[in-house]
Amino acid sequence: MRLPVKNLLHLLVAAGIGLCALDAAHADEANPHAVKLYNTYCVQCHGINRDGNGINSAVMAVKPRDHTDTKAMGDTPDETLFKAIKEGGLAVNKSGLMPKWEGVMNDDEIKELVTYLRFVSKTGAK
Amino acid sequence: MRLTPLIGALALAALAAGSGAAGAADLLSQQCIACHAVTKPDKQTLDRLWERKGPDLYYAGSKFNQAWLVAWLQNPTTLRAGGVMYAKAVKGSSDKSADTIDASKVEAHPKLSAADAATAAGLLMALKGDGLVTPGAYKNEPPGSMASMLFSKLRGCTSCHAAKPGGAPQSGPELYTGGERLQPDYVVTYIKDPQKFDAHTWMPTLGLTDADVQKLTGYIATLKPTEKK
Repeated sequence: MRLPVKNLLHLLVAAGIGLCALDAAHADEANPHAVKLYNTYCVQCHGINRDGNGINSAVMAVKPRDHTDTKAMGDTPDETLFKAIKEGGLAVNKSGLMPKWEGVMNDDEIKELVTYLRFVSKTGAK
Repeated sequence: MRLTPLIGALALAALAAGSGAAGAADLLSQQCIACHAVTKPDKQTLDRLWERKGPDLYYAGSKFNQAWLVAWLQNPTTLRAGGVMYAKAVKGSSDKSADTIDASKVEAHPKLSAADAATAAGLLMALKGDGLVTPGAYKNEPPGSMASMLFSKLRGCTSCHAAKPGGAPQSGPELYTGGERLQPDYVVTYIKDPQKFDAHTWMPTLGLTDADVQKLTGYIATLKPTEKK
């Protein structure tokens, strides 16, 4: 009994990985968990419209990044986006007003956000 | 505190929702727990942050100053412009200006009578949060002249927290009432590790040095509202 169940699990995992890979490649649909993360942590500065106009942006000395800016986001590699989210703006020579989120989100969640940013900015993985 | 054994009994009675003695304190406990966690939640999930109606109070006795609680419960003001979960009240703009808060989505806190406020504050002060806050965490050294600069510019606190009344709404609670409202030991412990209080809260762990945290806490302790709302 154990073997078929295990095989089935492997199959499901493989199918899951396949689907994820497909998601990342096309990014034509947003991952709902990434949207929830964005809405919880990022919206306060980057805004409901994801364009850098969050409620906090009115008082900030440096305007938060516009995530809908296809040009600027397209020029930023995934690695830099990941590092900025995980370690904060200073880690990528940007504003210290972008805090580090490593205490709140794990690496997998940060990767989900990077993929989601590609969806928002209509840019491909770099 | 003499009230300590009382609060547990009252909270339990309220949770059981079947206690016969409907004293003022009992009613208050029932009212408070409709929106606030008075015991540590079993699971701290991201969804819970979105669903809860009020801030957690299971460590209220280590967080608030009692005199502030008594006064605020009688005359509640909005401490967080966007309510307990700002993202649920945020409205986007169509003209690239900053998002705003839809005030109709922010519920006002019920007003208590002076007697009920005193009773509730007493009960809340007994909720210590099981060692969450380290007594003596704040060293009470003079914050120095750089502290306001740390708060406003260098460490970015003012991006989310207002140090003065008025101005644009922000995602974090106002801090110009922080001196009256908060115990400095709580402020130190919270800044160092907000996720200790809630694993998913949107106040990040900034990784500040102890010297910075002490200065910021000393500065927050001095903040007072300069004008009444």
